[in-house]
Amino acid sequence: MKAAVIVFPGSNCDRDVASALRKYASAQVKMVWHGESALPEVDFIAIPGGFAYGDYLRAGAIAARSPVMESVLKKASAGIPILGICNGFQVLTECGLLPGTLLRNRDLKFVCKTVTLKVATSDSIFTRDFDRNNMVSMPIAHNDGNYYANPETLESLTSENRIAFHYCMKDGSVNDDKSPNGSQMSIAGILSKSRRVLGMMPHPERATDLEHGSTDGKAMFTALVNELA
Amino acid sequence: MTVANLKSAQEMGLTDTEYSRIKKILGRSPNYTELGLFSAMWSEHCSYKSSRKWLSKLPTEAPWVICGPGENAGVVDIGDGLALVFKMESHNHPSYIEPYQGAATGVGGILRDIFTMGARPFASLNCLRFGHEDHPKTRYLLDGVVAGIGGYGNCMGIPTVGGECTFDARYDGNILVNAMSVGVAATDGIFYARATGVDSPVVYVGSKTGRDGIHGATMASASFDEDSQDKRPTVQVGDPFTEKRLLEACLELMSSDAITGIQDMGAAGLTSSAIEMASKGEGGIELDMDLVPSREEGMTPYELMLSESQERMLMVLQPGSEDQARRVFEKWELDFSIIGRVTDSDHIVLKTGGKVAASAPVQPLADGVSYDRPWVEPPMPPQLPALPASLPAPLETLSKMLGGKDLASRRWIWEQYDHSVMADTVTGPGSDAAVIRIHSTNKAIAVTADCTPRYCMAEPKLGGTQAVAECWRNLTCVGAQPLAITDCLNFGNPEKPEVMGQFIRAIEGMSEACSALNFPVVSGNVSFYNETEDSNIPPTPQIGGVGILEDIDLRCDLALTAQCNRLLLVGGAPKHLGQSLFARNIFDGDFGPPPQVDLSLEQKNGNFVRQLIKDQLVTACHDISDGGLLVTIADMCMAGNRGITLEGEETANWLFGEDQARYILATTEDAVGIISEKALRAEVNLAEIGRVGGTRLTLNSGDAIPINTLNELHTEWFPSYTNVS
Amino acid sequence: MALIQLNRKPLKVRIHITLKPSVLDPQGKVIEQSLKRIGFPQIGQVRQGKFLELTINEKEPKDAEATARLMCEKLLANTVIEDYSIEIIT
Repeated sequence: MKAAVIVFPGSNCDRDVASALRKYASAQVKMVWHGESALPEVDFIAIPGGFAYGDYLRAGAIAARSPVMESVLKKASAGIPILGICNGFQVLTECGLLPGTLLRNRDLKFVCKTVTLKVATSDSIFTRDFDRNNMVSMPIAHNDGNYYANPETLESLTSENRIAFHYCMKDGSVNDDKSPNGSQMSIAGILSKSRRVLGMMPHPERATDLEHGSTDGKAMFTALVNELA
Repeated sequence: MTVANLKSAQEMGLTDTEYSRIKKILGRSPNYTELGLFSAMWSEHCSYKSSRKWLSKLPTEAPWVICGPGENAGVVDIGDGLALVFKMESHNHPSYIEPYQGAATGVGGILRDIFTMGARPFASLNCLRFGHEDHPKTRYLLDGVVAGIGGYGNCMGIPTVGGECTFDARYDGNILVNAMSVGVAATDGIFYARATGVDSPVVYVGSKTGRDGIHGATMASASFDEDSQDKRPTVQVGDPFTEKRLLEACLELMSSDAITGIQDMGAAGLTSSAIEMASKGEGGIELDMDLVPSREEGMTPYELMLSESQERMLMVLQPGSEDQARRVFEKWELDFSIIGRVTDSDHIVLKTGGKVAASAPVQPLADGVSYDRPWVEPPMPPQLPALPASLPAPLETLSKMLGGKDLASRRWIWEQYDHSVMADTVTGPGSDAAVIRIHSTNKAIAVTADCTPRYCMAEPKLGGTQAVAECWRNLTCVGAQPLAITDCLNFGNPEKPEVMGQFIRAIEGMSEACSALNFPVVSGNVSFYNETEDSNIPPTPQIGGVGILEDIDLRCDLALTAQCNRLLLVGGAPKHLGQSLFARNIFDGDFGPPPQVDLSLEQKNGNFVRQLIKDQLVTACHDISDGGLLVTIADMCMAGNRGITLEGEETANWLFGEDQARYILATTEDAVGIISEKALRAEVNLAEIGRVGGTRLTLNSGDAIPINTLNELHTEWFPSYTNVS
Repeated sequence: MALIQLNRKPLKVRIHITLKPSVLDPQGKVIEQSLKRIGFPQIGQVRQGKFLELTINEKEPKDAEATARLMCEKLLANTVIEDYSIEIIT
């Protein structure tokens, strides 16, 4: 599988996600600079975490208007799967591939910890190896992870089964007041209408190896091998 | 035209004698710019004038040390063609004045020191000492400093994995913010700060220069008084986004042969980097001030040289590689300007408008000055009073201590730091040492930072020894072989003999430990003048240590697991209550001598424990330090959410003594016998002290407390403290 | 007759970007509480926004305003959650 990882000035997790793709998705990974006007032939695109453009103006705002994003949008239309992690999720909402926006965390502080997520749908190439309502553990590390969308958007996300993950308690219950960042409906990740674009705040690439403490993220990468082989 | 005379020299922090010396060196009076160069290079911060004589006594060598003190950071060989590059630095004064930016730029500065040597930073730590928790400024400073460290480090994408944080009234007027960073480089890919190759181009890269921070080095070399609020403009604003681009651009160019020498512009900005590189290279450097990128109108050579604008580097390139280098920096949208050339004139010459604006010999500037300050022997510590006849029940004391400011969980702090970015953090904050995998290998680095200021205040020499020993123990606890240390020596006013005495004795103590434990100092920093209106901070020699784990699977942690059945005590029954947190609680002050450090015992016990861990006979390990044995055990229970039943005597001395060279090990039922045999053969004092199991911490007497309760108490202090306005 | 192009100073544009009323503003809330706490009980609601000051090389204020509007729509404001207002300083 050929994968592209977009690198913006300020991206930090590009090497991390490239590592995970090579190790667990058997991918040939090309690091693509944001200034490129065209993407190479790829089967998969990852938009990594970090602080593209320092998160200046709004997280992901300036990155979403980078030259390479036009090509990314075209690939999305052609059905190429795209995974946006953390800052990548922010970029996806800013460029319109996903609805809603990520606001400052409810407690106004950066939060880094391992959270429990409830898999809300396994009907996507990314989550197909989870069972619905599975609980998985992954780290979050962000300032602006508070998912916000208007009521109509939330309604369609729900009715179309496009919420991918909810933050939940260790016992699986979802409690919006106790989510780590105040996200509406405790949303941690969502899918596009095509179900081929996933944006998520938690970092699956930091939960793949035994040394990470949790290997729950691995299944998202191994799922890609089968899908895109 | 600004006048250069004795008065201006004094305003710049120079003494009359120093001014006379400058005149002698130049053979004439210096002009204002030249005076500026001397005042920066001869400041305490840049020239180490009060400390140099004593720092040379620190052990700095070992077979694995590639580069000791004197460069931007220390370098140690970790095998397989890789080296660790690490250092700790202070940013105390700026953080007191503007906590967010002071702390942020402190992080920025130390990161540059690492990547200027060709290493990609992969772990950061910070040691924070605030004033009393009820002091009106403390909450504001805590909030700002933590936010600043997080704001900069997180944006740079480097995990912040450890550190310390304490509250003590003696830091009321002078908080301490010490930032440490560790990077990895190829042993044949280390870059040094030297300007070699006559006529080689000297290049400025990074942010434009502004008027911020002029004479920041001078601020660090002076004490605070009530006018310090006006020093606000001298704190710089950091831009981690620019530094991230600078990091990537530098590392990218460093993979070629273009760069022959490079130094970051830190304290005293362009002045120190140009002069230091020249002195270590061909001897001379010529700069055209008109080519220095500036973001403000009409900056004078003086301002351009002394500005401490952040995120700038000075490089010397292989002639012919200028275009290649320029392309890399332009890709990352950073300023790139060839501002001068290396010469063999032995002078630093600054030109503007085609004319010479300043000229001075490099060596005297770089050599600085060295003083042998008068000092007095530190006084003996006050006696430890006799314990009151009736003491609170041990578990009540434990609860109070775990729920108090000294021992409460610092989670509130480190959850604001990204500690898992780069996907190699294996053990993060909250353990004895952080463990970070070396990318794509099966090896790992352990890193920790330690110092116990109350011990140092009571007996500076012993405090210095203890800081190094505790650092060495903490690395041992996770199974690592300690390699080397960096230090940040925070002291008061060196012109006061009692402070100088503390400094000299602390270094002596450190040296003894470094020698005995084969744990040399490879880099470091001195921060003097931590004094406000005659009140000096306790001596605070902060130690940052690194160690290596050859096999990451053989690491150990302090959390009790299902494989933990029995608890063992290595090192003998504790009994020393002098300067303990227990005594502090009872007497509301610090009394008595600190616990002795027996370095050969430290070595013996530590090597024994490390070998046990390697042999996979230990399932959890934690050393005894602040709080004593009961606190150590409580830490292990809370982290693992498992109870224990203690079988020892329950005197205050045994439960709360802070004797050194002691470890608590957890192991399986089967391993106890083997371990006992090994201890006998190694002549290590070993005792069985408890059983793991249940959900409570139970004493011999039967008194018990649920681990859940301990966990609740332990995680209460910081959120409550910071939630109040 | 040729028009002599005078060297005009660039126009200064001030842009305020604010959260739409329906969007929760936790920063504004904290500021409101802090003000009340330090002795301003009379404070009502506080909403925090962004202020940008730009210089634009356009001849006519109405052109500058049109450019500013376009910039807001394209980048400066996230129109899902933010409103903007433009002031041209002549």
